[in-house]
Amino acid sequence: MAEKLYPEKLYLGTRKGLFILSRPRGGKWKIDRVSFLGDPVTIVYPDPRDGAIYAALSLGHFGVKLHRSDDGGKNWTPCAAPAYPTATDGTAGASTEYIWAIEAADPKSPGSLWCGTIPGGLFHSIDGGANWRLIESLWNDPKRKEWVGGGMDKPGIHSICVDPRDSAHVRLGISCGGVWETRDSGETWKCRAEGMIARYMPPDRQADPNIQDPHRLVQSPADPRVLWAQHHNGIFHSTDGSASWKEIESAGPSTFGFAVAAHPTDAKTAWFVPAVKDETRVPVDGKVCVTRTRDGGKSFDVLRKGLPQEHAYHIVFRHALDVREDGNTLAFASTTGSLWTTEDGGDEWRTFSTDLPPVYCVRFGESSV
Amino acid sequence: MWSVSITVKVMPTAHFTANLRRHVDCPPASVAGDTVRQVLDAAFAANPAARGYVLDDQGNLRKHIAVFVDGKMVADREGLSDPVNQDSEIYIMQALSGG
Repeated sequence: MAEKLYPEKLYLGTRKGLFILSRPRGGKWKIDRVSFLGDPVTIVYPDPRDGAIYAALSLGHFGVKLHRSDDGGKNWTPCAAPAYPTATDGTAGASTEYIWAIEAADPKSPGSLWCGTIPGGLFHSIDGGANWRLIESLWNDPKRKEWVGGGMDKPGIHSICVDPRDSAHVRLGISCGGVWETRDSGETWKCRAEGMIARYMPPDRQADPNIQDPHRLVQSPADPRVLWAQHHNGIFHSTDGSASWKEIESAGPSTFGFAVAAHPTDAKTAWFVPAVKDETRVPVDGKVCVTRTRDGGKSFDVLRKGLPQEHAYHIVFRHALDVREDGNTLAFASTTGSLWTTEDGGDEWRTFSTDLPPVYCVRFGESSV
Repeated sequence: MWSVSITVKVMPTAHFTANLRRHVDCPPASVAGDTVRQVLDAAFAANPAARGYVLDDQGNLRKHIAVFVDGKMVADREGLSDPVNQDSEIYIMQALSGG
């Protein structure tokens, strides 16, 4: 597999297109290619199974589109965008308004994909996005209909965690619908957000699992019982596979934020990018930092070296922080077009650019092309 | 002297904004129809790839798309029932509300 690890690839979905970066072993990052220049790319998924790259576009006038490349981004082919069935019950019916998550559904079946959308539908494909099927068991669940928008007008599925031990076992992060789990590839579902707290709700509803707003949900590849949620009201941690959640009440300057990344081989290590809650959404004191725990959330390092520490007003969206499989290389990028990388788990950061478009998502990958 | 009679069948023509042609091939389409809906349905039957750029999953006009018939914005955005003549020019444009 070593030949697949280099050149390393880094994919940025931005307000103005998809940027594909690479670097040789030990070398510097450079932008190889810009695709869809001018168009918002909300999610990019480089598929390690077959080398395909998926890019989801949100065209302001013309709706949501999905494209696939099989040659590293040189050429793109339109896929079907996930579409909701035509309403037959007299209601207005739903339309895909945003693609917020694309992940491999089964590591052994190239082309099998999950796709999370706003207004809250989960879709499945078995053919690399040529066709999509709405998961009606979830869409028609009466509890799903109680979800509400979080930051967007309508609710959406932004995180899809496929359990590395069993691909039929999937957890979703939903703003705002908490965490939902299936153990049978989507036939049946349960809300699994016990322990999360929603302080934006009236007191008697704050503990309601189905109203929670996890901004981002990640699962530890090292120990899949461990999950992290950067929630609207702080950081929540589960060590029992999302059966219960505990709040981490202190994590450097703030526990508010959007992004979280889990270390690939150390279940006790995770990274966050804090900000001032709730709607203020700027770095605390105008100083960008990353917080890192290496002891399962008991304590946090505040990592600032190489990051702007004066009048810096970057916000890092929920998909805009990623860690590579080596566990030391990370990248994160901001709404004001800066991209930072680290080689040592965050002790020291390098600025790649301060001139990019607003960044929606950052994702490492290796291309077989 | 021979006289030749030629019957030219005139049909309404749908024109798509050049900005849409950046994303999908959509040349002007002269198709049969008595309403905007019928013209769009016929145009997209011939060019299904363009449909999702103009209509949403439910077949409704996307929020930030504007349709004009002979220079006049359509009155019925929901049903697209505005009548068209056989020589009408229909323009599918970006609404400035979409940015």
